[in-house]
Parts: sequence; structure tokens; C-alpha cells
Amino acid sequence: MSDWKIICKVEDIPVLGARRLARKGSTDVAIFRNGQDKVFALLDRCPHRGGPLSQGIVFGDSVACPLHNWTINLGDGCAKAPDVGCTQRFSVKVEAGQVSLDVEELTTLGLGETVVPAVVAVGAETAAAERPAV
Amino acid sequence: MKKMKLVMVGNGMAGVRTIEELLKMAPDLYDIAVFGAEPHPNYNRILLSPVLAGEQTLDEIILNPVAWYEEHGIRLHLGKKVVDVKRRQRVVVAEDGTEEEYDRLLIATGSNPFIPPLPGRDLKGVIAFRDIADTHTMIEAAKTHKHAVVVGGGLLGLEAANGLAARGMDVTLVHIAPWLMDRQLDGVAGDLLRKSLEERGMKFRVETQTEALLGGPDGRVAAVRFKDGSEIPADLVVIAAGIRPNTELAEKIGLHCVRGIVVNDTMQTITDPRIYSVGECASHRGIAYGLVAPLFEQGKICATHLAEFGIGRYLGSSTSTKLKVTGIDLFSAGNFMGGPDCEEIIMSDPYGGVYKKLVIQDDKLVGACLYGDTVDGSFYFKLLREGRTVHDIRDKLMFGESHLGDAGHQGQSKAAAMADSDEVCGCNGVNKGVICKAIKDKGLFTLEEVRKVTKASASCGSCTGLVEQLLMFTAGGDYSATPKKKAICGCTDASHKEVREVIREEHLLTIDAVYRRLAWRTPNGCASCRPAVNYYLISTWPKEAKDDPQSHFINERSHANIQKNGTYSVVPRMWGGTTNSSELRRIADVVDKYQIPTVKVTGGQRIDLLGVKKEDLPAVWQDLGMPSGHAYGKTLRTVKTCVGSEWCRFGTQDSTQLGIDLERALWRMYAPHKVKLAVSGCPRNCAESGIKDVGVIGVDSGWEVYVGGNGGIKTDVAQFFVKLKTAEEVLEYSGAFIQLYREEGWYLERTVHYLARVGIDHVKARVLDDAANRKALWERLQYALDGEPDPWFEFEKAGVDVRQFAPVGVL
Repeated sequence: MSDWKIICKVEDIPVLGARRLARKGSTDVAIFRNGQDKVFALLDRCPHRGGPLSQGIVFGDSVACPLHNWTINLGDGCAKAPDVGCTQRFSVKVEAGQVSLDVEELTTLGLGETVVPAVVAVGAETAAAERPAV
Repeated sequence: MKKMKLVMVGNGMAGVRTIEELLKMAPDLYDIAVFGAEPHPNYNRILLSPVLAGEQTLDEIILNPVAWYEEHGIRLHLGKKVVDVKRRQRVVVAEDGTEEEYDRLLIATGSNPFIPPLPGRDLKGVIAFRDIADTHTMIEAAKTHKHAVVVGGGLLGLEAANGLAARGMDVTLVHIAPWLMDRQLDGVAGDLLRKSLEERGMKFRVETQTEALLGGPDGRVAAVRFKDGSEIPADLVVIAAGIRPNTELAEKIGLHCVRGIVVNDTMQTITDPRIYSVGECASHRGIAYGLVAPLFEQGKICATHLAEFGIGRYLGSSTSTKLKVTGIDLFSAGNFMGGPDCEEIIMSDPYGGVYKKLVIQDDKLVGACLYGDTVDGSFYFKLLREGRTVHDIRDKLMFGESHLGDAGHQGQSKAAAMADSDEVCGCNGVNKGVICKAIKDKGLFTLEEVRKVTKASASCGSCTGLVEQLLMFTAGGDYSATPKKKAICGCTDASHKEVREVIREEHLLTIDAVYRRLAWRTPNGCASCRPAVNYYLISTWPKEAKDDPQSHFINERSHANIQKNGTYSVVPRMWGGTTNSSELRRIADVVDKYQIPTVKVTGGQRIDLLGVKKEDLPAVWQDLGMPSGHAYGKTLRTVKTCVGSEWCRFGTQDSTQLGIDLERALWRMYAPHKVKLAVSGCPRNCAESGIKDVGVIGVDSGWEVYVGGNGGIKTDVAQFFVKLKTAEEVLEYSGAFIQLYREEGWYLERTVHYLARVGIDHVKARVLDDAANRKALWERLQYALDGEPDPWFEFEKAGVDVRQFAPVGVL
């Protein structure tokens, strides 16, 4: 039996946006809401270079990582081809407008993982478009 | 559920690519069977030339080994030519009697070599150059025979001749036209090509017509006789007189054919809705393409329809040519011959073996022919496709795109000369070896594919020419064929231009309205199109269209710059680069209070606080008490100034004050991309006005205004725009130019690229020559900016979702 913990209301998450659930001492969990009000939860860490996925643009069932524009599937946490890699996904339950996550998962999955820069090349357009500026 | 049956006739590159695309989209929809007349699985036909030349082996050019077909459950009938299709019963019949039923039939029979009706064409030792068997015959002949004659001096003929010469044969190439590759090159380039091939020991007879092939006593060809009566010995004759779409089967079963099987934009034959056709055998809007890139495009479109997605139309492609003879670089596209109404710009260096010809008609580039140095081929090809006026860049056109300021690949222009470890793409750190390996291992053919997989050339694009050369030598791909119209992204077929137009003409005010009107394929777009559409709405209908925060990149949503570790940087505004003790004290206090690890002076004359935690952002802004610097957005960034006449002994004008005035007039402005200005007080130009979107330089008699400069990935020097007398005029003219760019620019297009697209004459006509329009533009800009909030202080008005700064919970 799963032990579900109520985290927030669906309306606390912006449509086509995300909130993050802070976990002391380990990586945050990003909770997303898409255009159809479906809610998803992933480790807030892109498999590419550790970008915080909660800060990305949400569209369809995907989020674009804010650092290098990898597209991550919200359902399974995996990058869209040709990029390769997955981030941890978390089970979500929505009941009466309340979003709950599995306590067991929250306390055991994706803990204490430090950001490991991948060896793959940095991605495409946004890298240039989002160049730091003066 | 019983699967539908798909049968493909023809086992070549275009057809198998279609199946691959289909399997990606709908892996379980069809039970698939493939017939191939050749006894080989799908191989890269373009690479037969390097195989002939001994540079690659047959094994290396196999694209889909037999195991691939097995893995995907495809029944492969090799060496079985299809002789009939019973369309009523929907059954395909092969020569040996093998039958397959179908629900959908894909005909990809490619093309056949054209053999002119020469006496002796059936003799032993007379072949075409089309498939593995031909290649094999040539390789064997080269071992035992001496004299080879190639008839036809086009692409294929030259590659055959080159290969045979490399295998030690004495080769004569016979060509009916006055110079080689007359369909792709002009006379000068054709002669240069001939010269360099002659240096390799090949012999040529141009303007020569073949009359007959003469047999010897053993029934093998022995000589070739020409119209002028002369004869040369020949043990092997390769006929390379062109190809014809292979429509034998299609015609037999009653499909409408006009120089190819006639298909519509979904690659469906117009005769039978169950039958599709792609590749060299298909005739789309009157054209049967013979290059890989357009054929793969067809395959992709066809696959979406076979997968019953019903999206996408093939709209035709523009194509260009390159020759796959190692060590020879040539490129041609469009109307390279010119004509009575055309002008030509020619650069010729016969000793260096370099020749370039650009053909211009009505101020537009309509053709290009390059020999010896082709690195700018893609640049010319782009100009040609876009059909933009080149009037303003005429003087620089010949020197290509990369003649100055190009960074990131050590100034290399010949990919073949680079070592595997040399960096090709400096933006994404991709070296030659990685690109070549990806091309080989993943079977890439087009520039787009290389960009996707390796990221090379995907950011600034300055190495595009090099990547194309690598594709050429590694895959033989004719990478540069591209769709005639470029869609914003995969969510739609609409271009930036179409979206802008429909928003203006139909007064659309929401993203959803645009998506509905243009039949977007995705419910809420993607990270490419949504920010673009949102910008178009708010720039076209200020105060009416509502800005959508979720359609901004994170920087514009959090009003700070995200850093690699997820922290942010904060850059407060310092008008014209000026500050004072009180601001500096507050900055120092903020740095201490929030333990900000790095403080850095930026290139735009202000101070960057790096490493701020997201939850601290609102408090940092509050404590700074300075306006947002918008260093994070597609917005006005800075107006850089020098001290000017107030202090400087050389200063002629008060550049600092004008800079401050410009910045105060333009800040909070969203634009297609970031916008940077500079004002210098004298021609010494200490504020570097020459590389800004708008650069102003004070002279004794007034101000010179320059536009379209860029100090980024590729340094572009700004173009002179206008000379003005007063600071008020500078504000009006600069503002009008920027507003025009805001209204006409495409999202993520800097002013330099906007100007490259529309031409500076277009801008001059609207801003300089038309005073009423200039004033209207300037007023529209002021109207749009009036009352715009400072997002660091007016959260609600600026649509800043403050929930983002705190976690939704803490565990």
C-alpha cells in the first residue's frame, strides 16, 4: 500500500508551468501541470547537465530544459531522441483537486545525487539565444 | 486486430527511409513486405563512386543489413523483380510468381540509366553506372583490361571516369557539349575542372558525338567510333547519359505517368489512393527529384500519411549540386549561366584553381557557380532561396559570409584538410572526428540530421559550410536541398511571416486563436513557437494582446539570468553606464547580506551579481532599489556610452547624456531579440558603436547613426544609416528603426539578420524617406512602452508569478 502525502492543490501550479518541492539535503522534485490539467512529477534535474526542469517551458506532455533545450517527456522522464537519458519520475495522485506524492518514493528516489556534467555537446538554439548578456 | 498490409516495390534509399520513418511513428500498424530487384539489401547508392575509386568498400555502404529487416518483421524478397500489380485484387506479383497482398502499396522503383540507341550497345563490356553489379563489373574490368571510355561528362560520368582512372585504367571521357558538366557549370568552371582531371591522367573529348560501339572477334566491345570518323580503342564502355524515372511497372498497371509517377503533395498517386510513390520515380508538381535530401523529405511526408496521421505536405525543394571527386570542390545552383537580363560578378584565379561566378537579376542572386572554394555555397544558396535583394551587400557578396569576424573554427575553409581532432563547431565543441563518426554510424544524410545528432552547426551556423563538406565526403549526401518554405517549428507548416501577417490582418489576440486559425498540430505549441507567437501578439497589438508569462523562457519569467547551477544573476540598470555612491553602497550591502559569490563588471557598463538563489530574487531587487536591467530578455539591454564632451578633451558631443536619454526612452522594450545601443562622443568611438544594433557616433556637426552591428558569434560591422543634427532627431530616427524591427523582425532574429533579410534600402525607405511614417513608427513605439511596468517592482502589472520564488513545500 502506498502512503500518499498531499503536497498542494492543482491550482497552486500554474497551467503549463511547474512548482518545486524542496527536499532538504537532496535534489528537489518538480511538479508540473500541463494544458489539460494533468499533473506530473520528476526529479528537478535534467539528465543532460542537471538543469532545473521546473524552470522550463511546458508544452504537450513535455518540458524543455531551461539550460540547453533538451525536451524531456513528463510521463517517463526520458529525453526526446536524438538526445539520450532519463531523469527519475515520481508517482502522482490527484484527488478532489489535491496533488499527492508517494512518501516512500520521496524518501528513497533520486536522493543526494550530485550534478554530473555529461560529456555530450551542449544543445542547440537556446544555448545561443539565451547567452548571458550585459 | 489484424494488421494492415503494406508492400513496397523497390528497395532503395528513398523507399527504405520511408519505412524507417513509418516504423518510428507507427511501429505496429502494418505487416510489411519489400521487393528488391537487386540481390542486396538497401545500400547508399551515392557512395558507389567512392567504392569504384577504391576509397570505400561495398560493406561500408550498406545502410540496412538483412538483419534490420528481420528485426522489424519485414518480409524481404531480394532479387525478385515485380512484374505486375493486380490493382483490383490488391496483389503484387513478382517475376518468379511470388505474390503479396496489400492494403497500401508504395512504389519506389527509382530510376534507370538512359542508354542512347547506339549501334553496339548490347556488346559485352558496355554498361551503365547505376548499381552494385555495374560497379563490380567496372572493378573487374579494371583488373584485366586497359582502355576505358566513358560516354557522358555529367556528374555520374565524371565519377565513373575518376574511379576507373584511380584503378589504373586508361580513361577517355567523351562529352557531347563544349564543356564538362554543362548542366551544372559554366564554360570557365567546366574547363578548370577538365584541366585538373587531365592532371590526374584522364583524357577528354568534348564536343564529340559517339556514333557507334564496335565489337571485336570475341564479342566484346573493342573500340568507339565518333561522328567525325575517328576511333579509339575501348575494352570497357560506361554509358552515363543521364537517368530516367523507372515507371515501367507503374505504366503497365495504369498509373498516370508524366516523366515520373504523378503524385500529389501527400505522395499519393493521383490514380489510385491506395498507392503511394516516393523517390526518383515520383513526379511531384512536374519534377522528379534525383537528390537524396528532397527524397527523404518526401519519405517523411509519405510516412506520416501511411501512419494515418494525415499531416504534412511536400511542397517541393530547391536543389544544388556538388561533385564527389576527392580533391575537387565545386558547387552550383540556380541559373548559373546568366542571360541577357542578368549581371555577373566573377572572380577568377586560374593559377590558384579558384573560380566564382554569381549571377544577379533584378538585384537578386539567381545563380552561383563555384569552383575550387565552395565554403560559401550554402550562404549563396540561402540568398538564392530567400530571393532577397542583395543591392546593399553587392560589394561584399563575392567574399561570402565568413570573410570577416567568423570565430570558432580557426578560420578553416577546407574540411578535408582538417585533422579528426580539429574543432569544427566552436559553439558546441564538436570536432571533425565526432561528426564523421556520427554520419557513418547513424546513417545521416542531411545537414538537419547532423545538427540534431551532433549539435554541430546548430547554434551560430558559421561552420555550416564545413559540416556540409564533411557530409559530402563521408556520406556523399546532397545535404543542401531544403524545403522552399521554412516552418517556425514542427508544430506547424506556417512560417514566421505567415504568423505575423495573420495576426495583423485578422486582429488575433491570443495564442490559442493563432493556433486554431493556422491549424497547429500541437495543443500548446512547443518551446520554439510559443515564445515567438506570444511576442508577435504583444508587439502587434500592444495594450490589447495579453502577455502570457508561460510563453517566456525562464529568464523572462523570473526576470533574472539562470546560470549553469540553477542560481541566477542580477544586473540592475545603470542609465548610460552611470552610477553613484549611493547605488554602489546598496549593491555592496546586497552582496554581503545575500552572500552573493561573484560580482562582475559587464561589457555593457554595469554590474552583474552572480549566484543569487531564486528565493532571494525579490528581496535582492527590493534592497537594490534600482530598475531592472533587463539583462535577461529579448529586450533593450544597455546603451553603452563614452564620457563625451563633458569631460573628454577630444569629445565633440555629450554622448553620455544622449545615451541616458535613449535608454530612458527605450527601456522595458521587448523585441524579437536583445537590442544593444551605444553612443560615442567622437569618431574615436570608445563606446564601440560600430558593433551595436543602433550605434551613434558624435561628430562636430552632429551625429552619425549606424544600424545592424553585432559583436556576437560573428562580428558584423554596423551599416551607416543617417547623419543627423540634433539629439532629438537621433531619438526619433533610432526609435523608428527599432519599432520597424519590432514590427517586422522574426523572433530570435537580431537586427543584423533582419537587415540581411529585408535589405537596408527597405528600412531607409520607411524611416528616412517617409517622414510621416517615421513619426508614426516613433509614436507607436512610445505608445507601446508608455506605462510598461518595471518587473522587479510591479509584479502584478508585469505578470510575474510570485509563487515561483518559493517552493510549494519543504520535506
